[in-house]
Amino acid sequence: MAIEKQKHAMPVQDPAERARNFKEVALGYTAEIAAAEARRCLNCKNKPCVEGCPVNIDIPAFIAHIKEKDFEGAYQEIHRSSALPAVCGRVCPQETQCEQRCTLGIKFEPVGIGRLERFVADWHNENATEPPAIPAANGHRVAVVGSGPSGLTCAGDLALKGYAVTVFEALHTAGGVLVYGIPEFRLPKAIVAGEVDTLKALGVKIETNCVIGRTLTIDELFEDGFEAVFIGSGAGLPKFMGIDGESLKGVYSANEFLTRTNLMKAYRPDSSTPIQHGKKVAVVGGGNVAMDAARCARRLGADVTIVYRRTQAELPARREEVEHAKEEGIVFRMLTNPVSIGGNGEGWVSSIRCQRMELGEPDASGRARPVPVPDSEFDIEVDCVVMALGTAPNPLIKNTTAGLETQKWGGIIVDEDGLTSRKGVYAGGDAVTGAATVISAMGAGKVAAKAIDEYLSKK
Amino acid sequence: MYKIVEKKVLNPTVIQMDVEAPLVAKKAKPGQFIILRTDEDGERIPLTVAGCDASAGTVRIIFQVVGGTTEKLKHKEAGDFLADFVGPLGVATHTDGIGKVCIVGGGVGCAIAMPVAQEFHRLGAKVTSIIGFRNKDLLILEDEFKACSDSLTVMTDDGSYGRHGNVTVPLKEMLEAGEKFDRIITIGPLIMMKFVVAAARPFGVPVTVSMNPIMIDGTGMCGGCRLTLCRDGKRVVKFACVDGPDFDGYEVDFDEAMSRGRTYADFERHAYEEACNLFKKA
Repeated sequence: MAIEKQKHAMPVQDPAERARNFKEVALGYTAEIAAAEARRCLNCKNKPCVEGCPVNIDIPAFIAHIKEKDFEGAYQEIHRSSALPAVCGRVCPQETQCEQRCTLGIKFEPVGIGRLERFVADWHNENATEPPAIPAANGHRVAVVGSGPSGLTCAGDLALKGYAVTVFEALHTAGGVLVYGIPEFRLPKAIVAGEVDTLKALGVKIETNCVIGRTLTIDELFEDGFEAVFIGSGAGLPKFMGIDGESLKGVYSANEFLTRTNLMKAYRPDSSTPIQHGKKVAVVGGGNVAMDAARCARRLGADVTIVYRRTQAELPARREEVEHAKEEGIVFRMLTNPVSIGGNGEGWVSSIRCQRMELGEPDASGRARPVPVPDSEFDIEVDCVVMALGTAPNPLIKNTTAGLETQKWGGIIVDEDGLTSRKGVYAGGDAVTGAATVISAMGAGKVAAKAIDEYLSKK
Repeated sequence: MYKIVEKKVLNPTVIQMDVEAPLVAKKAKPGQFIILRTDEDGERIPLTVAGCDASAGTVRIIFQVVGGTTEKLKHKEAGDFLADFVGPLGVATHTDGIGKVCIVGGGVGCAIAMPVAQEFHRLGAKVTSIIGFRNKDLLILEDEFKACSDSLTVMTDDGSYGRHGNVTVPLKEMLEAGEKFDRIITIGPLIMMKFVVAAARPFGVPVTVSMNPIMIDGTGMCGGCRLTLCRDGKRVVKFACVDGPDFDGYEVDFDEAMSRGRTYADFERHAYEEACNLFKKA
């Protein structure tokens, strides 16, 4: 039988419909589509896809189970390597990881690995009846700071090895960026809660409302009997441009806009947390967070413009997110950079002044440096601006942990095992790298879990 | 869940609660704050710690009913539970090297000023307190201030109790009479703090102001609490939740802070009315 050249399309909500609701955009494969897509896998010997996966899931092995319609077997195969398959199947940038390396992708479209992973995880969450076997306790206690992707992964891996793990979360709900940042329509919060429940079933304790660096310090965790600590405290202070008008009412950081919308559910009419329902919103930035903010603003009823200083080719966001945003009617103004924000005289934002840019020589990051076009300034009328420019690491832990070395810009310094300058203290995710992806944070959580296991087994 | 162990009505709109939160009680220092949610799906609101009892494991909060969430909180009784209670957040008030301090509190801000005054008293500093209210009915914590102050002046806007006028009147008199404070610490409405700073400026006395902007996470993540400082001719953005809530009064852009503070005024009024209606029906 000839191999189908293209991935099976992901069924999605109609763009016009979904631009007005917060329900999940991608609807997921059916069992039939999943099995058909699985049959496209060549099951090649050298498995390049596995190396492309930051948590090294044995991809051909789980796909082989799908071919046989053994979906639970497929889940167990993934779960050996990943604590959060339902999350990763949705938010991983597979096109630059596993799928980019897929042998089939040399001539045709690669296998839809991400879509298959999502299908398997959702199937398991709906159909599995057996609670996971609780591993025998090994008597060691580990504290994990932060319940985002790196922390949950680290906790899950250690729990599977028999460690008594407690995760400390500053907010009132576990999940970190998966609940406060990534919107419901891309990653339903029930999915995150399901993954967290799976960890709890493995014996992981989750302490919400506990800010490490304030409520308790790293040193106090050791005094309390934890033998190792993993810091996965995530991103921190939002960055602003430093231009006039950024403190006008109606100017948000993406973190604030998304936290109000997602974590606090401000999109619901009955929410007790307010958010401004702008009519004309400008989102500044070109990453996934900018796309999320733009698509939330759209769903809250606004005409949305994304303002980005380079071209579409340099947009750091996933291509799929950009395509989805465009389908939903979001306008992209490329080669455009804000220079100031104007107010209406009553403290509210009323316009954003931009200048046109052109691409010059490559800068230190290797990307073409955007250069302003002289006398090209123009105003866009807006009543809300969202700054999605990334974040700087949170200073709370650095400031309260003696001997914890950090980079000049605040990132925690670690070695290849995730070990910090403090004995028994490991770190990973955005707290180390600055803003990055869910899966790279998970990879770091995994590396640290392995290192913590080696460290404590020798004790 | 966090149990309310005691509730006391201080005046018609100001309520005091002691909440069971042992980890917070062990750590909280004057000037720091907590964030709470009354219920699942509730809003996160910051409230400054008004005191704590480490041995009993309780934290005292004093709040004024101003919106939907504080209206809901008002209807909680001793024995009821709060969904979330996290802290202590922010940086504690600096007390080092201050031998003579003037504490200026306004309205419900006095609830936050009181533990600061107590702390200075405990450290052996000479404490001069000036507290102001709109009228006699809104007066709170007079006895507590008396107990920890070397001198106390109570002001009311309408003259119904204490001296007639606002807090800057006695402050100016003291400064003009040659009182040498090492520092003035003021906590209350933004407009009051702005005028305290203006009153102190000609005398060059350092002024600390306690800011309470709109906030969500309180840990330095959302940036909603940002405020602008004018420092050495440059405008510097700071986050009240991790850099504050205390700031140098001479640097704070009060007009911007007042404007930002009103961002959700309409929403809040609506939420307050809705909450009131809900409790009327019940």
